[in-house]
Amino acid sequence: MLSIKRRTVGDLIWDVVIYIILTFLALIMVIPFIYVIVASFARESLIQITSMDLFWKIFQPMAGHPNGFTLAAYKEVFDMSGMGMQVLRSLGISICVTVVGTIINLFCSTTMAYGLSRSDLIGKKALMNIVLFTMVFSGGMIPTFIVVKSLGMYDTYAALILPGAISAYNMIIIRNFFMDLPAGLEEAASIDGCTDIGIFVKIALPLSLPMLATFGLFYAVGHWNNYFGALLYLDDSAKYPFQLVLRNIVNQSAADIDNLDDLPPSDTLKMAVIVIGTVPILIVYPFLQKHFAAGVMTGAIKG
Amino acid sequence: MAKTQKAALSAQDKAAAKAKTWTKLKRDKWMYLLLLPGTLYFIIFKIIPMWGVLIAFKDYFAGVSFLKAPWIGFDNFIDFFSDVSFWQLLRNTLIISLMNLIFFFPLPIILALLLNEIRVQWYKKALQTLVYVPHFVSMVVVTSITFMLLKTPAMESATGGIITELARKLTGNPDVNILANGPAIYWILLLQSIWKETGWGTIIFLAAIAGVDVEQYEAAIVDGASRFQQLIYITFPAIMGTIVTMFILRMGSVLDTGFEQIILMQNAINREYSETFDTYVYQYGRVEGNYGYSTAVGLFKSIISIICIQTANRAAKKAGQTGLF
Repeated sequence: MLSIKRRTVGDLIWDVVIYIILTFLALIMVIPFIYVIVASFARESLIQITSMDLFWKIFQPMAGHPNGFTLAAYKEVFDMSGMGMQVLRSLGISICVTVVGTIINLFCSTTMAYGLSRSDLIGKKALMNIVLFTMVFSGGMIPTFIVVKSLGMYDTYAALILPGAISAYNMIIIRNFFMDLPAGLEEAASIDGCTDIGIFVKIALPLSLPMLATFGLFYAVGHWNNYFGALLYLDDSAKYPFQLVLRNIVNQSAADIDNLDDLPPSDTLKMAVIVIGTVPILIVYPFLQKHFAAGVMTGAIKG
Repeated sequence: MAKTQKAALSAQDKAAAKAKTWTKLKRDKWMYLLLLPGTLYFIIFKIIPMWGVLIAFKDYFAGVSFLKAPWIGFDNFIDFFSDVSFWQLLRNTLIISLMNLIFFFPLPIILALLLNEIRVQWYKKALQTLVYVPHFVSMVVVTSITFMLLKTPAMESATGGIITELARKLTGNPDVNILANGPAIYWILLLQSIWKETGWGTIIFLAAIAGVDVEQYEAAIVDGASRFQQLIYITFPAIMGTIVTMFILRMGSVLDTGFEQIILMQNAINREYSETFDTYVYQYGRVEGNYGYSTAVGLFKSIISIICIQTANRAAKKAGQTGLF
């Protein structure tokens, strides 16, 4: 009998080399996060003088301090007399836009995907071709901007949500998923007097919850991370979502400050703001990770 | 006589077909209701802007009525092609895009092949979890971290970002300033893309690898093939179709250079090297309100993209691969 486990020396070396390379690569992926997180909890003096060996110094006792660890940066970010209002407001805006936007994304994408999954629907093919064409050719940034503006959505949150209500790519994958659902279930339901909407809500959607979670995550991350939309469509700085505020804080340097008594934001503070902007995603990520592969599978476009 | 009969019959057929169509439409009325929001979205935000490209042939500025703006034919395009910045934009866009194609495109394939060699399942899962994470981090955070790593010290006594400090120590030159070096932006953009998307890019190739017939490997093992030989002669050819598909898709976006990333990294020093079609359209259209001209630039870009994807598709078919369409 053939033993799959039989290994040559060459295979063993091959294994060792691959494990080392991949472990090294995975470390490169996470080291920037670890650096930023560590730096956000470090004393400013520490990060200024010894950013090279921050990792070693942060937990070591320093002269006059128990160690280099401090929450000062986070206290400053949420200090209501300073930037706290602005940061909290922008976080609130980002959360609302993300929640409302994702609900609208999922509603529009799933309803359209389900409609297009019925193969003998009159006009389905034409509509599908239009969708495919929009994936290859687009009017571009300015014509879209003019449409949004003439609809009165300029400088409103609707402009952050509606112009991207459906990703054609995501919608087609969801549609392929609906097409793969067993047809018998739908037939049985329609004999029982269920309308198409009833079948969609009571059968198709509950059967596709893992997929909905995956695409919900994709859409939600898109909203949370969106910088371009706010840059393009928002005018009033009081309406800025978190990514714009984060960008402005990180980009502030001594040169931008008019009042000489004000200091530019410290590095630890910038790091703390970056951490706040990233943590929500890192929290939801592990729960949905197992579904990714199913969600990203393109598959052929079915007729 | 026979003719009129036939005509009557076909008229009957037509009427019957019409009635059938009508019952079908009636039967599916709820399906059309479901299609309504999505259809409206595609019409309003995708189709109407496509007609909006007609602005490219008008002398149209912000604050002017669209109907009053005069038609000027191809003047906007002629202006653009004769502008000195045209060649700069083309150069920057092509350099950024080609560097991406040469250095970034193969990496997810290689990483997927390597990940596939890991037989300890929990370790493979853990590695995948780690390499996917950067994809979900916002461009603002990625560029912010870049600035923190590359910044120069604000004063004599202070230190700069880790990478700048390291470069200064290694080269012995205390004045290294990567952010003030124009062409360095090409490499910064490339490394950011590699860091952010390599892991995520493996998903599609890992899915393709998972579909390879296990019997092929068993047969190869019987023949005494090493693991490396199995990778080169079985796994790699098996995912060739996926690689070609991804390549064609990539060709369609050869002029898309990641607007967010570039606008976030752009500064006065590197603008000469970082200005691309997208940032140029944004600058002229959104910031300066020259709608007609910037739409012409965007339309030029879209048309080149279509030509690129068509060419790549045809080339793939000629080379014996299945194309996209």
